[in-house]
Amino acid sequence: MTLNHFLDLALGRLDWHALPFWEMVEQPTLSHIVNGSIVTAAASLVVLGALATVVLITRYGKWKALWSDWLTSVDHKRIGIMFIVVALVMLARAIIEAAFMRAQQAVGLDGGFLSAEHFGEFFTTHGTIMIFFMAMPFLTGVINYVMPLQIGARDLSFPVMNSISLGLTAAGAALIMVSLVLTPFSTGGWSGYPPFTEASFNPGAGVDYWIWAVTLSSLGSTMTGINFAVTIYKERAPGMHLFRMPLFCWTALCTSILMIFAMPPLTVATAMLALDRYLDFHFFTQDLGGDMMNYVNLFWLFGHPEVYILILPAFGVFSEVFSTFSGKRLYGYKGLVIATMCIAVLSFTVWLHHFFTMGQSPSINAAFGIATMLIGVPTGVKIYDWMLTMFRGRVRLTIPMVYALGFLILFVIGGMTGILLANPSIDYQVHNTLFLVAHFHNMLVPGLLFGMLAGYQMWFPKAFGFRLEQRWGYRAAYAWIAGFMLAFFPLYALGLLGMPRRAVGFIEPAYLPWTIVAGIGALVVLFALFSLVMQFWLSLRQRHANRVPVGDPWDGRSLEWATPAPVPEYNFPVIPEVSSRDAFMREKDLGQAYQRPAEYRDITMPANSALGPILTVTGFLMAFGLVWYLWWLVILAGVASLGALIARSFVRRTTKVIRAEEVRETHEAWLRQVAETPAVTRDREQETSNRGRPAAPVSGAVQ
Amino acid sequence: MTATPSRHPGLNLGRAHQEAHDACEVLVFGFWVFMMSDLIVFGLLFANYVTQLDALAGGPGPGELFTMKSAFIETLLLLTSSFTYGLASYCLKYRHGRGWLTAWLGVTLLLGLAFIGFELHDFHKMAGEGGVPSRSGFLSAFFALVPLHGLHVASACLWMVVLMVQMCVHGLDTGVKTGLVRLGLLWHFLDIVWVGIFSLVYLGGLA
Repeated sequence: MTLNHFLDLALGRLDWHALPFWEMVEQPTLSHIVNGSIVTAAASLVVLGALATVVLITRYGKWKALWSDWLTSVDHKRIGIMFIVVALVMLARAIIEAAFMRAQQAVGLDGGFLSAEHFGEFFTTHGTIMIFFMAMPFLTGVINYVMPLQIGARDLSFPVMNSISLGLTAAGAALIMVSLVLTPFSTGGWSGYPPFTEASFNPGAGVDYWIWAVTLSSLGSTMTGINFAVTIYKERAPGMHLFRMPLFCWTALCTSILMIFAMPPLTVATAMLALDRYLDFHFFTQDLGGDMMNYVNLFWLFGHPEVYILILPAFGVFSEVFSTFSGKRLYGYKGLVIATMCIAVLSFTVWLHHFFTMGQSPSINAAFGIATMLIGVPTGVKIYDWMLTMFRGRVRLTIPMVYALGFLILFVIGGMTGILLANPSIDYQVHNTLFLVAHFHNMLVPGLLFGMLAGYQMWFPKAFGFRLEQRWGYRAAYAWIAGFMLAFFPLYALGLLGMPRRAVGFIEPAYLPWTIVAGIGALVVLFALFSLVMQFWLSLRQRHANRVPVGDPWDGRSLEWATPAPVPEYNFPVIPEVSSRDAFMREKDLGQAYQRPAEYRDITMPANSALGPILTVTGFLMAFGLVWYLWWLVILAGVASLGALIARSFVRRTTKVIRAEEVRETHEAWLRQVAETPAVTRDREQETSNRGRPAAPVSGAVQ
Repeated sequence: MTATPSRHPGLNLGRAHQEAHDACEVLVFGFWVFMMSDLIVFGLLFANYVTQLDALAGGPGPGELFTMKSAFIETLLLLTSSFTYGLASYCLKYRHGRGWLTAWLGVTLLLGLAFIGFELHDFHKMAGEGGVPSRSGFLSAFFALVPLHGLHVASACLWMVVLMVQMCVHGLDTGVKTGLVRLGLLWHFLDIVWVGIFSLVYLGGLA
């Protein structure tokens, strides 16, 4: 075997051209140098970031803690936090990419500075990351953290599977990050339509990166959905009937049901595309009987329910926010539950509206258009319920509330443009323009991101034991709202003027003022991101002043606020008995909160497992091998994955016991702290005197 | 009404296996949910197959490629294996001892492997007649649907071997029992999917 032959086997199709600066070294034209420098800078950031993390962990000697307290932990709270960390890292990258795209279009009259290829990678990674590696991990993380606490459970039904879900998502995210260093990424958009993404048009590694990153994420999300649904059905505390669950748990349930049924179509679609590309199948090719419409149908069979997978948990967060910060019961609880269920069911009946213009008969379009408009009804019910929750409440304009109010107004506007697009004849006019881009950002930025950020602000003290800093928090919230409006409202106008989406440049001068305003909006959003970082940094520094050890800084209503902050591993020393909705608020009203249980028992908790981190590594290596044709790596990593799964199935000591004595000591120490802590009224909840124990509401407050 | 109320669909281990029976409540429910999700995968591939029936692109079609005889033998093998797995489940539930349980599992495993063998032989024969997935949209759809079922059967066989080894290592403990209950569900589920494949792909294709 010659050396060359060996290298071919060992390195697959990896060569110098994968390096981000290679093209500009080979052909130093201005365009190549500009684009190459941007990618090289980004790649350097990834490499330096990874190196800095390794150096810092080594320097502070935290490898062991990282391994045993975090990576191998199967505690739903820690896994939730890790999901959110992944989401925030990916959010930062995707926002910076968005800023580049806005900058390009702001100077895009007759050109701009980005090449078409590079711009294509920007919008593809931006969309893919925002959906699969920002939104999904963010909502999965929040549900992971909050839902078991709210239903009075100790953990999810399948804690190790939860860790595997995190691992697969993280592996997919890592694959996308690596694609910055060993380029290119796909230019096929987040939906990756064939035949453009077929091997005949896109033979390179880009589309394969996209396929395997998305596949890893979709497998992880399917398992997450199963885990959440089973947990909600089987692990509720005694007395926690379905109709006593906080609304957030209902939205979590609907989202997980959607994940169970809607992620498989995506897995099938990406797997079939992979078969087309790798093994010369003909599912979606132009020749030999392939039919790309099958891909489009499969993709949107996933893609439309996905919209509600993203938005429903945010609806749940907003429901908690409105009722907590209005000091009032949620208005129309049953209506909200029914509306959530209606949305979940209807979400499977509208997928065709994503391709009205792709050749169906008008009557089919009409049916799907009407179904689409119907979704506005339950959503409208929700909007009114939230407004009526605030009505005559004692509304406090906290940071989550700012996000929630911004959402309420902006989401209605986005919803109305959705009703416009649901009409096929209007859709024909504006499809594939920036009008559509404006519409779905109008739904997803207020409807998902604001919800998750509101949840982050509200539950952060629960998770870490101290409140977040306020000033930069408000700045971030207002900058998000203003930046969103500046960045996306001009896109409605641009769409109506006929500017196509995903355009690297344009020759119509009338577009220019609008693209410049949108570019300014992107700068404001960048400022919002910076504010969030500043807020986090200052909060860390002021954490001693802002501690809330009692654990109820906002006068919360559901069971998670009945626990100390941060929450002990076992959540509740004794599983609570629930007798009504808003269980913790009722305890507080009756003066029965913070009780000493009659007896403490040993608590059995799931033990740590290395399976999650192992599958993270093997999953990543398998995907990486597939991208670059490193077949030896694929086989090795595949065998290792299978071996790890089988080895795990032989493990019998999967639990550990926390002694009753330890539980008693921890709990009683906390109860003493509760007794010593002065209660504060709601008008002082943002001051340092708020140690997490709220004063009873003033008499006459609406409950 | 039986003495032990049924707590999940399918064969319940019952009070005599209290620990495993309790563990099954969540595990089996979770497995049902997983199968619902998996069924969506098969449903989509069935749908894809139906839309691609005419996408022959001049290549061979069902009439040239399928033989009723081997499809029928495969059906019989798989249906029989479901029956023998049922017998294994009864041995587990009524504690007829590990010998019988292992014996019936062994028979099931052999039938499953025979099924895979016949199927591979079919595919080999099809390939010899030009029936390869790269030939046409129809053949791509066929090779997405039918081998995926075969892959499931192969995974189930592997799982069965793992459980049998576990039985040697740990005895018939709760982990093995709950594994056998779930594998049983999967095995019968794959049978149902095969009935769909046999009816739609083979009977439909040769009709």
